[in-house]
Amino acid sequence: MLEIEGKLQAELARGIEALQTVANAESLEAWKQEFLGKKSLVMQVYGSMGKLAKEERPIIGKAVNQAKAGLEAALAEKEEGIKAASQQEAFTKETLDVTLPGRKPRRGRIHPLHLTLRQIYRIFGDMGFQIYRSPEVETDDYNFTFLNMPPYHPARDMWDTFYTDKEGVVLRTHTSPGQVRVMRERAPENIRVILPGTTMRYEQLTARSEIEFIQVELLVVGKGITFADMRGTLNDFARRTFGENARTRLRPSFFPFTEPSAEMDVECFVCGGEGCGVCKGTGWLEILGCGMVHPTVLRYGGYDPEVYSGFAAGMGIDRSTLMRYHIDDIRHFRNNDIRFLEQF
Amino acid sequence: MKAPLSWLKDYIDLDGVGIEEIANLLTNVGLEVESVQLVGVEKPEGKLKNKYFGLPWDKEKFVVAEVLEVNQHPNADRLTLCELNDGTGITTVLTGAPNMFPYLGKGRLEQPIKVAYAREGALLYDGHQPGQVVTKLKKTTIRGVESRSMICSEKELGISEEHEGVIELDEDAPVGMPLVDYMGDVVYEVAILPNMARDASILGIARELSAVLGRPLRLPEGVALEKGGAIAEKVGLEVRNTELNPRFMLGMVEETQARQSPYWVRRRLSLAGMRPIDALVDATNYTMLEIGQPLHAFDYDLLRERAGGKPTIITRTAYEGEKITLLDGSEPQLDPQMELVTDTVGPLSIAGVMGGGETAVHAETRNLLIESANWNFINIRKTLSKTRINSEAAYRFSRDVHPALAETALSLCLKRVQEWGGGEVVQGVLDEYAKPYVDTVNRISAEKIAEVLGQEISLEESTRILERLGFTCWMEGRELVAKSPATRTDIETGIIGQRNLIEEIARVYGYERIAGKRLSDELPPQVGNPGLEAEERIRDIMVSIGLQDTLAYRQTSPEREARLFIGRKAPEGLAYVRLKNPITPERTVMRRSAMATMLELLEYNAKFRPGLALFELGPVFLPLADEILPHEALRLSIGMTGAWEVASWDRPQSPAMDFFDLKGVVEALLDGLHLEEVKFQAVELPCFHPGKSAEVRVGEEILGVMGELHPQVKKNFAFGQDPVLVAEFDGEALVRLSNAVFTNRPISNYPAMVEDIALIVDESVPADDLEALIWQAGGKLLVDVKLFDVYRDARLGEGKKSLAYQLTYQAFDRTLTDKDALNIRNRIVKQTKNTFGAVLRSQ
Ligand SMILES: [Zn+2]
Repeated sequence: MLEIEGKLQAELARGIEALQTVANAESLEAWKQEFLGKKSLVMQVYGSMGKLAKEERPIIGKAVNQAKAGLEAALAEKEEGIKAASQQEAFTKETLDVTLPGRKPRRGRIHPLHLTLRQIYRIFGDMGFQIYRSPEVETDDYNFTFLNMPPYHPARDMWDTFYTDKEGVVLRTHTSPGQVRVMRERAPENIRVILPGTTMRYEQLTARSEIEFIQVELLVVGKGITFADMRGTLNDFARRTFGENARTRLRPSFFPFTEPSAEMDVECFVCGGEGCGVCKGTGWLEILGCGMVHPTVLRYGGYDPEVYSGFAAGMGIDRSTLMRYHIDDIRHFRNNDIRFLEQF
Repeated sequence: MKAPLSWLKDYIDLDGVGIEEIANLLTNVGLEVESVQLVGVEKPEGKLKNKYFGLPWDKEKFVVAEVLEVNQHPNADRLTLCELNDGTGITTVLTGAPNMFPYLGKGRLEQPIKVAYAREGALLYDGHQPGQVVTKLKKTTIRGVESRSMICSEKELGISEEHEGVIELDEDAPVGMPLVDYMGDVVYEVAILPNMARDASILGIARELSAVLGRPLRLPEGVALEKGGAIAEKVGLEVRNTELNPRFMLGMVEETQARQSPYWVRRRLSLAGMRPIDALVDATNYTMLEIGQPLHAFDYDLLRERAGGKPTIITRTAYEGEKITLLDGSEPQLDPQMELVTDTVGPLSIAGVMGGGETAVHAETRNLLIESANWNFINIRKTLSKTRINSEAAYRFSRDVHPALAETALSLCLKRVQEWGGGEVVQGVLDEYAKPYVDTVNRISAEKIAEVLGQEISLEESTRILERLGFTCWMEGRELVAKSPATRTDIETGIIGQRNLIEEIARVYGYERIAGKRLSDELPPQVGNPGLEAEERIRDIMVSIGLQDTLAYRQTSPEREARLFIGRKAPEGLAYVRLKNPITPERTVMRRSAMATMLELLEYNAKFRPGLALFELGPVFLPLADEILPHEALRLSIGMTGAWEVASWDRPQSPAMDFFDLKGVVEALLDGLHLEEVKFQAVELPCFHPGKSAEVRVGEEILGVMGELHPQVKKNFAFGQDPVLVAEFDGEALVRLSNAVFTNRPISNYPAMVEDIALIVDESVPADDLEALIWQAGGKLLVDVKLFDVYRDARLGEGKKSLAYQLTYQAFDRTLTDKDALNIRNRIVKQTKNTFGAVLRSQ
C-alpha cells in the first residue's frame, strides 16, 4: 500500500467526521473548501495525476476517486439535511393566522326579483311556456276594455290606476293586457306563454304595498283546455317552487277576464300550515289568481270561444320573494340599498 | 260586509255547523272571510285557519240584570247609584251613564231597565281608552261609594265604539241569564267580490250557505203590497227617464215615531258596522243590510210644506246650475248627467247616492214617505267618479241591484217602520216600472260542463246547486235549463251565460273536488326570444365583471332628472309621459333618463360603501308625436365611484376609479357580447367632464355615452371627492348588434415571438387609430398588440407622446424566425411613419 493511499483514506475519514459538526450553510462552505476545494488534498492529488509514474496511476487514481466520491456523497447528504432544516425554519416564520379574513373580490349579484323571475322562466320553460312581453304604458282598451271591463265596469274598482295626461293611456295595472296582445299576434295558433313585467298601481307606499311591482302572468289557449288542466299546471308550478310536498288549495274568486275564476293558496312553507306570522295564522299563503279565459277576452284576441278555450293565471313576484327570504319591507326591492342587495 | 251569525240564523238553520266551519264554507264558496269577531263567545278549539279577535264573556261574570231604582250619588252630581237585581240578589251599582239620569228620583221603576251587568273580576274593554284595551274589573271606591261591578256600554263589550251610555236591553231579556247566552255573537267580515255584489247583504250570504250546506232558506216576510190606493191621494210620482231610473216605488207610514229601535235591532246594526239612529232610519238601513236594496226615507210633512200641498216626486237628470245640500252637509257640483230625485220645487237627493238634508227624517217626524228605487249603475258610477261620495247606498247601486228587490225591500221596510216606530201603513204603493226586468234563461249540457271544467258533474247535482242558489231549473231533452233568480243581474246569456252557470256550479260543488291534469294539447309553434336572451346575457356579463344588478322605479319627476344638468337646468321642452294622478310630487312622470336614476342610486348608496359599481337594465319612456303609446326604450346604465378593490384589513387603501375603470367595464361587456367594430370617440355632453367622456359607436350608430360626471353636475348630488363615472347605453342596439354566434379563433401550437416597440407621435394622434394601423400593417402573423406605456417627456419634443406596445407574432404552420419578426416590425414602423409621422423611439 502506497503512503498516499493511506493519506487519502485518512482524509476521507477526517472529512466525514468534520462534516458531523457542520450545521449551517456557512460552515458547510468552509468544509467544502477544506476537503473538496482547490487546495484540498483530494483535489491536489487529483490535479497531479498526470505527473505520476505509470504504474502508480491506477492505484492512486482509484484511491483518490474513492475518497472524492465518499466526500461528495457525504456532502450531498449534508446539503439535503441543511436545506430541509432551513426550509422548516422558513415555514415557521411564514406561518399565517388562517382565521384572518380573506380579501374580498368585488362581486356582482343578480337582483333578487330577477332571481325569482329566472326561476319562474325555468320552471315554465320546462313545461313548454315561452316568454312574451308587452308595454308598461298601456291603452285603456288593452288594460280594461279588451279584458271584459268596458268603461265604468264595477271591476275597474279592483285596481287603483295611474292615469296619464293622454286620454285613454294608463300605466298598466297588471300584465293581463299582454294576453290580448299575444293572442292577436298568434291567433289561431295554440298559445302557451308567460307574461312577465312591471305593473303599477296607485297605492300608498308602505312596507307591505308598492306602487310598482313585477307580475308574471300565464296564458294557455287551445282546443279543449280545461279547469283541470289549469289546476294541474299550477300544482306542478307550486311543487317546483315550494317543494315536492307543497299542498295547494283553490277557492272561488273573481277576475273580469276569467270565468270561472279562482285564487290559489299554498300551504305556508314557513310553518307547514300550523299558522305563523308570515301566513297571518291561517296556514295558507295566497300566491296567485287564475281562471278560464273569459269568452269575451278570447273574442277580443281573435279566437272563437265556441272552439277555443284557455286559462290564465297571474302572480306578484315581489310578495313571493318577500316571503321566500323573510324580507321585512317590499320597498327594499326598488330602493336598491346595497346592504340589502349584497345579501343575495 | 259584516255578517252577524245571529242574523244569518234568521234565514238558515246553522245548528251543528261550527264557527270555524262556517268561515271556511264562506271562503270556499267565494266569500273570503277576512276576520271573525267573537262577541262574548269563546274561541273555537282545534286548528284554526281564520283570524279571530274579540273577548269571551265569562258566564259567571257577565249576566243580564235589571235596574229597579236609580238614585243620586251622595257626593257626585254626575253619578247615579242603581239598585240592581242580577238574579242572585239586589246590589247597588254605580254608573255615570247619561241614559240613567231620566230615571233619577222615580223611585221603584214600574218597568225595570234590563242591562248587561259585569261582576268583579270580569275581563272587558276599557271604556275610557281609545281602541280596545282589555282591563279587569276591580273593586274601587268613587267619592266614598264602593264599586265592585258595573253596567256595561257597547264599547266595554266590544259591540261598537259607543260609550256615551250603557246598554238598555229589550224588556224580554231574562234576568240572571249569562250574557253570552242571551246575546253572544260571531261576526264574519266577508270580502265581497265585484261579481257577487248581491251578497252585500245578510240574506245573500245566507243563500250561499244554504247552497253549500244544502239547507233550506227562510225568506223574511213583509207587508202585502198593492199598487195604487190611498197613497195616490197623498203623493204623485213621475219618472222621466226609465233608462236611468228603471223602477221607482213609494210607500208611506203615518203617525209613526222616530224613537229608539229595539235593542236587538240596534245591536245587529252596530255589529254589521252601521250606527243605529232611530226606528225610522234604522228600518231602512236594516232592510238594506238584510236584502241589499238601499232605501230612502223622507219626512212627508216637509215635502208637503215645500210643495204647498200634495207633493209630486219627480226623478230626472239635474239642470245646469242646480244645487243641493246633502245629509252630510256637502254641496256637490251637479251636472246634467246626474240623476236626481226632486219635487216640483227642486232636488231632494242625488238618486241612489245620498239624500238631501232638507227633507230628511228628524226626531219629530210623524209621517214617513219611503223611496225604494232602482238606478242605472253605470250612471251612478259616473256620478260617483265626479262627486267622490261614499255611501252604503252608492256602494250597492254602483254594482247593480235587481229591480225586483225594490218591491221586496219596500214591503219589509214598511213592516219594520210600523213595528219599531209605530203608526199605520198607508194603503197602497206607487210603482213606476216601465220595463220589467227579464231574468236570463240559459241551457247547459253535462258535456259542456265537463268541457270547461275537465270534470264530470251530473245535471242532477248541478240542478240541486242552482236551485239552492235561487235558480228555477227544468230539463229539456238532455239539457238543463236554468232561469236566473230575480235577485241577481250578473248571469248573462249565450256562451257567457253558460260560463256563469258553470262557475256557479263549480264553486258550490267545490273547486277542491276538481282534480288537476297535465296539459295534453299540442305545443304551439316555437317563437324565439332573442331580445330577452340578450338582456339576460348582458345581466350575466355585468355581474361576472363584478357589478351589482339593480331594479329602478319607473316613476320620477322632471326636477329629479334635471339634476343631470348644470344648475339643474334641463333643456326646454323635454316630452314626458305625465301622470294625471301622481302619488307624490317626487313621482309625476315616467322617467326619460336611466342615468339620472343611476346617479340617485349611487348617491343613496355612497354613504354605505366606499366603492360602488352598479348597473341597471330597464326601460325609459319617450313619448312619440304620432303614437298613442310612448317608445319604451331599453337602457343599460352603469354607475361607478370610489375604489374598485374592496378594502381588506391589510390593504385598506386602493385608488379611486377613473374613466378607464369604466371604459374597462364597457369594453369587457362589449367583448362579451361579441360586438364588432366598436369605436370610442371623445365627445362633449352637458353632464360629463368635457375631457373625460366618450361616445361609443358601431359605424354611424351611437351605442351609448360614458364618462366622468361634470364637477358642476356632481354638485347637484351629495357626492364626495372621488370621480363619479356613469354610462348609459341603448339596450336595444346592444341586443341587436350583439352576436350570440361568433367565430372562435384557433390557437397555434407553434411558439410565439414577443417584442416591444415604442412609437413617438403627436399628442393629437388617437391611440385607437395608431393601434388600428399597427394591426393592419402587422398582417396575419401579428396576433396581439398590447399598449403597456404612455410616456411624455420634454426630450421627446413639444406636443409629443410615446406609446409603447408589446407585439406578439405567431404562425399556425411553422416556428417564426428573426427575419420574419424584422419584416413585420419594419412594415409597422414604415406605415406608422407614413401615416402619422411616427418615429421609432431608440432603446
Ligand atoms: Zn305560516
